[in-house]
Amino acid sequence: MTEFEPVLLANKDKDRSWTIQVYEGSGGYATLRHVLKEKSPEEVRKAVDSARLRGRGGAGFLTALKWSFLPKDHPGPFYMCVNADESEPGTFCNRVQLECDPHQVLEGIILSCYATGVQRAYIYLRYEYHLAFKRLTEAIKEAYDKNFLGRNIRGHDFSLDIYVHRGAGAYICGEETGLLSSLEGRRPYPRSKPPYPTVRGLFGKPTIINNVETLACVRHILERGPEWFRSIGTPPPPDDPQDPGSFGPKIFCLSGHVNRPGVYELPLGIPCGEVIERYGGGVWKGRRVKAVVVGGISTGLLSASELETPLDFSGPIRAGCLGLGTGGVVVLDETFPIVEVMYNGCRFFAHESCGQCTPCREGVPYALEVIERIRRGEGRLVDLDTLSEIGQAIGITPGTTICGLADGAAWVIRTCVSKFREELEDHIRRTNPQGYRRRLPPGTIVLPQGAPAGIVTRKVQTQWTIYPNYQLEMINKPTGN
Amino acid sequence: MTAEVQTADYELLGPELRQEIAKYFPRYPERRAVLLPALHLVQEQLGYIPQQAIAELARFLEIHPAEIADVVSFYSFFRRDRPLGKFRLWVCRSLSCACRGGESLLAYVSQKLGIAPGQTTPDGLFTLEAAECLGACDFAPAIMVNDTLHGPMTFEMVDELLASLRKEAGQSPGV
Repeated sequence: MTEFEPVLLANKDKDRSWTIQVYEGSGGYATLRHVLKEKSPEEVRKAVDSARLRGRGGAGFLTALKWSFLPKDHPGPFYMCVNADESEPGTFCNRVQLECDPHQVLEGIILSCYATGVQRAYIYLRYEYHLAFKRLTEAIKEAYDKNFLGRNIRGHDFSLDIYVHRGAGAYICGEETGLLSSLEGRRPYPRSKPPYPTVRGLFGKPTIINNVETLACVRHILERGPEWFRSIGTPPPPDDPQDPGSFGPKIFCLSGHVNRPGVYELPLGIPCGEVIERYGGGVWKGRRVKAVVVGGISTGLLSASELETPLDFSGPIRAGCLGLGTGGVVVLDETFPIVEVMYNGCRFFAHESCGQCTPCREGVPYALEVIERIRRGEGRLVDLDTLSEIGQAIGITPGTTICGLADGAAWVIRTCVSKFREELEDHIRRTNPQGYRRRLPPGTIVLPQGAPAGIVTRKVQTQWTIYPNYQLEMINKPTGN
Repeated sequence: MTAEVQTADYELLGPELRQEIAKYFPRYPERRAVLLPALHLVQEQLGYIPQQAIAELARFLEIHPAEIADVVSFYSFFRRDRPLGKFRLWVCRSLSCACRGGESLLAYVSQKLGIAPGQTTPDGLFTLEAAECLGACDFAPAIMVNDTLHGPMTFEMVDELLASLRKEAGQSPGV
């Protein structure tokens, strides 16, 4: 792993890198020509299988295995949905790929569709990516002009149409079945699985859903061979037969309190600290790291003592996080309060919950309310237990929701409370030394619930006592924020 | 085109707009799937999606108006009550932006414009929105104006940005 050569971002800094001339000039579409002429779809699937490519969108599912779930004796048509609805806070690698090198992604899509017998692909692009949309549409047009898309591609009896479908700013559309519902023109509620989309997906037909980066990798696997792909990254640990290993390059999006935020293509398995120090130029203002979000906010946090964690599919799991996620590394310096991280994360998930499953719809806003109370200096130590209970109870892992996005909220809460409990307790003790309830102004009459309206301050349902003319009183205002 | 393109009883969805929407039909096996692109077109043209437009779109796409309302109300991007301002300002406040000052940037813009997030200025020029991650964490803190991304922003840059937008709209920039 001494000499690592970036491939996914190789064209990024070239002039007009998004045009077909530059792409073909650097060897683009040569793989497609070669594969169409020389290889059968079966061979393409085999190559991806032996490269052990895993999905880059977050779950890390083996791509070839997913493809193999397509029914064999189905009359078709099959669809492919390319997931470019990248809305995870801290993640922007798909945006950079589609803005700087859309043809690379298109070639990967065409190859994958060839391998799986798909004749129509939809790219679900989030609406906020205006420049990516512009360049992608141009790229598709160029590809049609050169007959890399359309009927009988390059004289071969394989046809493919690609359409871009734009979202409308909803995080849930990044969940694969939510994406399908959204594309079909329905309210984007995720669906229960099974049936999996590969059996019954878009418009009721077998559908493959892959991430942009995964498909871009397919192109390079076919160009350089699966052995090359497996020479990068970390092999599976010998004691875990379930782990297929983490191979290949991965784009890491570095942001937050670092000197050089941006995208960096690095081999999987690189230690988190090295990404920050060597590529991100260290923490800004000469400060130290307090916490690092590993792969988008939903994966949870690493503490400063866990910076040696290798960023591959299993490393963050061993460090008590959800997983590698999307590779969005957000660095937080020592002055940034953990309460703010929890508040920010929970606000995001409370806002983006689709509202279909009660644990997520009700649980996350409830957690947010508790965090808000801690944040404004009215926290109680027992709140941390409540939060940790909520964190354990919602999501697909405990089996209480349909989709995995509730887990995102859960892991933020869980990792914050378990890894930074001391800081949170300190915050609560400092801001609310009396501990268990608000300090009442002298002479306050405490009324039972159901008292006449007019003096009710807030939240009659959850508050047992009502304080007339109550002014929020901060004892020892939190500092450093 | 199809029969219903010719019927005259469309008030808001003019023939050109319907023509534009109809261009999407061949892309999908079902008409319903055109809903999202169609809603984008309607909002682009009218500035918002009023109930009347929902009813007309429902007729055009051959689905029930309730199903469209169901979808429109889900996405924060669509507005149903009143037209958006000429410039829609999205100020990102997700974690990457927040730790580089996104929250105070939002407060600053809100103060500058004299409106809360979600509101439109009385002159109909600006709509302020608090965004949940624009996917521009390398430009943190970021602001998106309609389809252009700006960042990393400072308070001075916000002043300049607002002045140049006002100028673009033909107002005196000093306001």
